[in-house]
Amino acid sequence: MIRVVLPYHLRNLARAEGEVRLEVAGPVTIRSVLDALEARFPMLRGTIRDHDSGRRRPFVRFFACKDDLSLEPPDTALPDEVVRGLEPFLIVGAMAGG
Amino acid sequence: MSSVRLLVGTKKGAFILTADGKRQDWQVSGPLFAGWEIFHLKGSPADPKRIYASQTSDWFGQIIQRSDDGGRTWATPDGTPEPTPGEFPKGVSNKFLYEGEVGTHKWYDGTQHPWEFKRVWHLEPSLTDPNTVYAGAEDAAIFKTVDGGRTWKELPGLRKVKGHLWQPGAGGMAVHTILLDPKNANRIFVAISAAGVFRTDDAGQTWQAINRGLKSQYELPDPDAEVGHCVHRIAMHPSRPGVLFMQKHWDVMRTEDAGGAWTEVSGNLPTDFGFPIEVHAQEPNTIYVVPIKSDSEHFPPEGKLRVYRSRSGGNEWEPLTRGLPQKDCYVNVLRDAMAVDSLEPCGVYFGTTGGQVYGSADGGNTWNALVRDLPAVLSVETQVLP
Repeated sequence: MIRVVLPYHLRNLARAEGEVRLEVAGPVTIRSVLDALEARFPMLRGTIRDHDSGRRRPFVRFFACKDDLSLEPPDTALPDEVVRGLEPFLIVGAMAGG
Repeated sequence: MSSVRLLVGTKKGAFILTADGKRQDWQVSGPLFAGWEIFHLKGSPADPKRIYASQTSDWFGQIIQRSDDGGRTWATPDGTPEPTPGEFPKGVSNKFLYEGEVGTHKWYDGTQHPWEFKRVWHLEPSLTDPNTVYAGAEDAAIFKTVDGGRTWKELPGLRKVKGHLWQPGAGGMAVHTILLDPKNANRIFVAISAAGVFRTDDAGQTWQAINRGLKSQYELPDPDAEVGHCVHRIAMHPSRPGVLFMQKHWDVMRTEDAGGAWTEVSGNLPTDFGFPIEVHAQEPNTIYVVPIKSDSEHFPPEGKLRVYRSRSGGNEWEPLTRGLPQKDCYVNVLRDAMAVDSLEPCGVYFGTTGGQVYGSADGGNTWNALVRDLPAVLSVETQVLP
């Protein structure tokens, strides 16, 4: 069971309360977690990753176990604590007010 | 008695204002989609319970929302998992992809720059089918859905009209106005900043620039330039769809022949800069603009918020001031933030960047603030309900 924390606006959009819990088949990577998240909540497609390119949107960041994974390749394996459900995978709206 | 619903899009959510046909007491509900920019909401003329909204964010991109019950509940049109086991849900109601070769347009430094989808500025539901909607996008393109917003497809012919010469203005490069001809289902007008006005006569397959007569002395010195004009808004009365009115960056213009030629009708306006332009619901020659001081201030001249009305299709203008602030007012009125209702006398409404929505239930003679402290208003639309 993978725990995912969504930013406030995406929780509202998905009508999800609190953490989202996902079953992820196969290797637990940034890509596989996002695929499972979008399968469960299709309205989130395009809001985290660009529809066309699949790339992370510029003001969305990924964290796990206090590490910033935003710039890691999509197939990067997530930490064991995330795989075991001890720590969440964090999707964060960047502080970008300026 | 009829009632009126105002659909107000703001920088931080949407609001719905309602009143009975007297239009004196207004109820405000919202915010819907709190915290998101709501560029535009518009109801279907064929089914007023059906409302579409463009919800956007610099963080999370474009969302299309749809209500089937007059704005009480909303959903993304393709936001529920597909029922077929094993089939990956589509979730494509916010998927706006340019057709074919993406191509390039003119960038600020004169070089070519690839088209990049940013957001939907304007949603124009079909006059006859609640499931058909046109969307005006930044970077400038027109998209169409025929399944209630579940999927969108570009009408790429528009960008073939010298799209490589279109250039963003300070606010971006967007299809911000879409006018459907009620007498000719194949004819659509769109306006783009900063490219100009375009018309299709074959339901969006092919388009032509209709900018003859527009002048931009410094920015576009070539008087015969087909594209590159900074058109802020166009408006039409449904009884005379060949007559269009335009608020350009500078100049208020009119065409009598569906864009064959434009003539200036700025007349005695205190400034011919502004954003919105609207036509009275019952009087096709009565039009409204809100003059704004520019090129850089973008607030009302002398701090006086005045709507100007012409009853002669332009040239002769009168200021409408009763009920509007006549000192210390430094708000702007954006291009999609003015609308009329179809009751008699005609209701006229506009929203400001200061968060006020003003309304007049007598064609503009007198005004009241319907609400004063919303986030900056991006768009205002009306619906008259039986």
